[in-house]
Amino acid sequence: MFRYLALRIASSLFALLVITIIVFLLSHLSGNPVDALLPDDASQEQVDSFIREWGLDKPLWQQYLTFLVNAVQGDFGTSLKWPGEDAMGFVIDRMPATLQLGGLAILISVVIALPLGVAAAVYKGSPVDNGAQMFALLGQSMPNFWLGIILIWVFSVWLGWLPTSGTGSFAHAILPAIAIAWFQVSALARLTRSAMLEVLDAEYIKLARVKGVSEFQVVWKHALRNAAVVPLTYFGILAASILTGSVVIETVYSWPGMGWVAIEAIRGRDFPVVQAVIVAYAVIYMISNLVVDLLYVIVDPRVRHG
Amino acid sequence: MAQPPLLEVKDLKVEISTKAGSFFPVNGHNFTVNAGETLGIVGESGSGKSMTAMSLVRLLPKHAAHIRSGSVRLNGRELLTLTEPEMRRVRGSEIAMILQDPQTSLNPSFTVGEQISEALRLHSPGPRRTLRERAIDALRKVKVAAPEHRVDAYPSELSGGMRQRVVGAIAISCQPKIIIADEPTTSLDVTVQAQYLRLLRELQEETGTAILFITHDFGIVANLCHRIVVMYLGRIVESGPVDKIFARPAHPYTEALIDAVPKLHGQDGRLRTIPGQPPAPTDQIQGCPFAPRCEYAETRCLSDLPPTVQVDGQGDHSASCWRVVDQ
Amino acid sequence: MVDIPIKPLTQPSLWRRAREFPLIPVAVLLIVFIIPAFFAEYIAPHDPYVPNLRARLQPPVFFGGTWEFALGTDRLGRDILSRILHGAWYVLAVSMIGIAVGVVVGTTLGLVAGYVRGWFDGLVMRLVDISLALPAMLLALALAAALGASFLSVVVVVGFALWAYFARQVRAEVLLLRNSDFVARSLVAGSSHTRILFRHILPNVTNTIVVLATLQVGIAIMLDASLSFLGIGIPRPTPTWGLLVSDGRDFIATDWWISFFPGLAILLTVLSANMLGDWLRDRLDPRQRQI
Repeated sequence: MFRYLALRIASSLFALLVITIIVFLLSHLSGNPVDALLPDDASQEQVDSFIREWGLDKPLWQQYLTFLVNAVQGDFGTSLKWPGEDAMGFVIDRMPATLQLGGLAILISVVIALPLGVAAAVYKGSPVDNGAQMFALLGQSMPNFWLGIILIWVFSVWLGWLPTSGTGSFAHAILPAIAIAWFQVSALARLTRSAMLEVLDAEYIKLARVKGVSEFQVVWKHALRNAAVVPLTYFGILAASILTGSVVIETVYSWPGMGWVAIEAIRGRDFPVVQAVIVAYAVIYMISNLVVDLLYVIVDPRVRHG
Repeated sequence: MAQPPLLEVKDLKVEISTKAGSFFPVNGHNFTVNAGETLGIVGESGSGKSMTAMSLVRLLPKHAAHIRSGSVRLNGRELLTLTEPEMRRVRGSEIAMILQDPQTSLNPSFTVGEQISEALRLHSPGPRRTLRERAIDALRKVKVAAPEHRVDAYPSELSGGMRQRVVGAIAISCQPKIIIADEPTTSLDVTVQAQYLRLLRELQEETGTAILFITHDFGIVANLCHRIVVMYLGRIVESGPVDKIFARPAHPYTEALIDAVPKLHGQDGRLRTIPGQPPAPTDQIQGCPFAPRCEYAETRCLSDLPPTVQVDGQGDHSASCWRVVDQ
Repeated sequence: MVDIPIKPLTQPSLWRRAREFPLIPVAVLLIVFIIPAFFAEYIAPHDPYVPNLRARLQPPVFFGGTWEFALGTDRLGRDILSRILHGAWYVLAVSMIGIAVGVVVGTTLGLVAGYVRGWFDGLVMRLVDISLALPAMLLALALAAALGASFLSVVVVVGFALWAYFARQVRAEVLLLRNSDFVARSLVAGSSHTRILFRHILPNVTNTIVVLATLQVGIAIMLDASLSFLGIGIPRPTPTWGLLVSDGRDFIATDWWISFFPGLAILLTVLSANMLGDWLRDRLDPRQRQI
């Protein structure tokens, strides 16, 4: 078990390393890194000290090492668009907003998808099942930014129930969270359904019924406990989609999180912040995957003892 | 036999509907199980044995199979008209079951103790601590070594034979009046199989439960059962005390099954098999279902279904064959 | 043991039957996507770029508008329908070229990795893992920041979001094929490795590639639309669908049609492509049915 986790951590770190290489190379791809990483009106002294600090007069691999050493300490330079702000510090300030939104989106997708997938499996072939499948296909084909706009149209403009954009209260988070969760609901419901179908045929489900366990407990305790392992493996992908979704949806709803910062930084060609935000996203993503691995160990005794 | 039977099944019919047509895997069963007795139900696969077992606890596959008629009485109480919650109270507490495959019949996500005490909690609730004690007790009864330790184990940590003992522990935990064992030893090694059968017999002597033992293996029946019921294609073709049937099988199918059991001191050393295959269950059969494979078959057997008649004057051995009718 | 095989009595629903014959999806795909992509110049009623200030913010027909601007007009009086029709070409081009990049890169790497094994295989598979583990959006952000938004950057992002799926699948099939009899026979007959790889093994994995590519169409279109919505796709004034949705985003309260119809075009196209992909997979590659 520890070997398994150690292996996962090692491969995550390796992936993270590759990301830093990509991010580092990109600042060179755009031409002179001095242009990319310093404001246009920088003085010659600023340029010189910058070249010295980041070792830009040295070979590429040494430059990368300097970049990596600084990056590990959280130093990605200072923002160009938001003068005086430390790039990573600025991104970290925005992190809670994104995590709140992502957390709510995960909650919504699980709360809707799990019962939907279970019901579709239990009532296989019924209108419930067909409806769920239709919903799943529709959900996977709908652009989330468009859905976000439509949700604003319906719930904010027409019905006036929820605010159109911005932050400030729980109500502000509902629409963006739904817009992010939508795609996940369909994928998660599909997975839950197929996992439940397999499990419901198992002998131990029969044995539970034979023991006199109620149908409700058979489905929600005996079957779901085993079927849940499959959707759980999807949670890694789920985390990725939700991070991706947050970039788009935060822009739609002007939600001041990391995604919003990322887009603003790209528009302002604020390279230090772009680098910081990409690495920050990658770290969140790796950590959520590790959490999934841990959950996997907890849920499935076969892994725990295997 | 003044005492009324523990389990009394009368004219039980189960219908399965498929796209290919419908048929009766359980077609007018009549049999009884007395308290403390072991009844064997014997037949090839496809004869409707498991269907019979599942219909007794009313757990037939949803939508596909239905009980059409008949009566199942446990201690005089009709089970077929009970509501689902009432039936749930019967399952596990009065009728327990041991399923065929120990590899898959335990839930991999719960410990052995949790799975035993779940049945206990449902049927005779008590504090958590005593439930655990009782689960350990049940494990001790099925002779699992170090039960205090094993109670916290997950099924994946146990061997096949051990798992089947756990399934047995679940079955006896609520002191049921009858245990239905559906081919409990088929997937076990031969030595483990023998141990398990011995265990079942000991448990029965200790607790006095009745056992309905479903198998295709006449060898096991001879060792374990008091009486047997032989099934062929959804019908009971012969029933009676085990020694009578072994001594003088009345139905050609029973005879063939007994001959198919490998014997150490066989007459000619050859293993006999039954020629042919059972017909598809959806085939329409007019006469005796066994007639196409029967070496004694006459024209009458192909056209008319033989009635069930007594084989001798004692009233405990009956068969459904024209040859018996003629005697 | 189940004594008797039991099949549940479920009638194939209308829904299932609709999925059997993907006639509707194919028709929708043609009408909304493919025909406009190639013939927008001939069928679009108006010029998609030239402002027409006298026709500003016309509502769609049935909502107070006229047939002249069937789906309404935007702030500058440009016809939404014409803009959607002209945008189809760019959506098609980006998704097709992007997928082509993914297919070529992924298939080549997968073929070679599966055939030569060894360290090269190890390296490719590590890269596949990393690529699959990374949200494509991150790479898109990085590329957009480095190169600036352009047709090329979008194609590169789409290609690199998809190549790993092809590489993984093709490699898995090559591993099975390289040990088969016909490969051994060709080697004995003196065929070169290149010939075996491209003349014998490649034709055997084309089904997989076709199915996978069809299933990726939806993903590619969605990625392209997201990028242009964020303003890091093909730059203005090109009327890509994501950009069109973004145009109307601030006016949803009053002029809903500006965003609504381009989004509907994306939805219909992706939905149809997904249904077609599902159908193809069931037909050509039943092994993958449950993926």
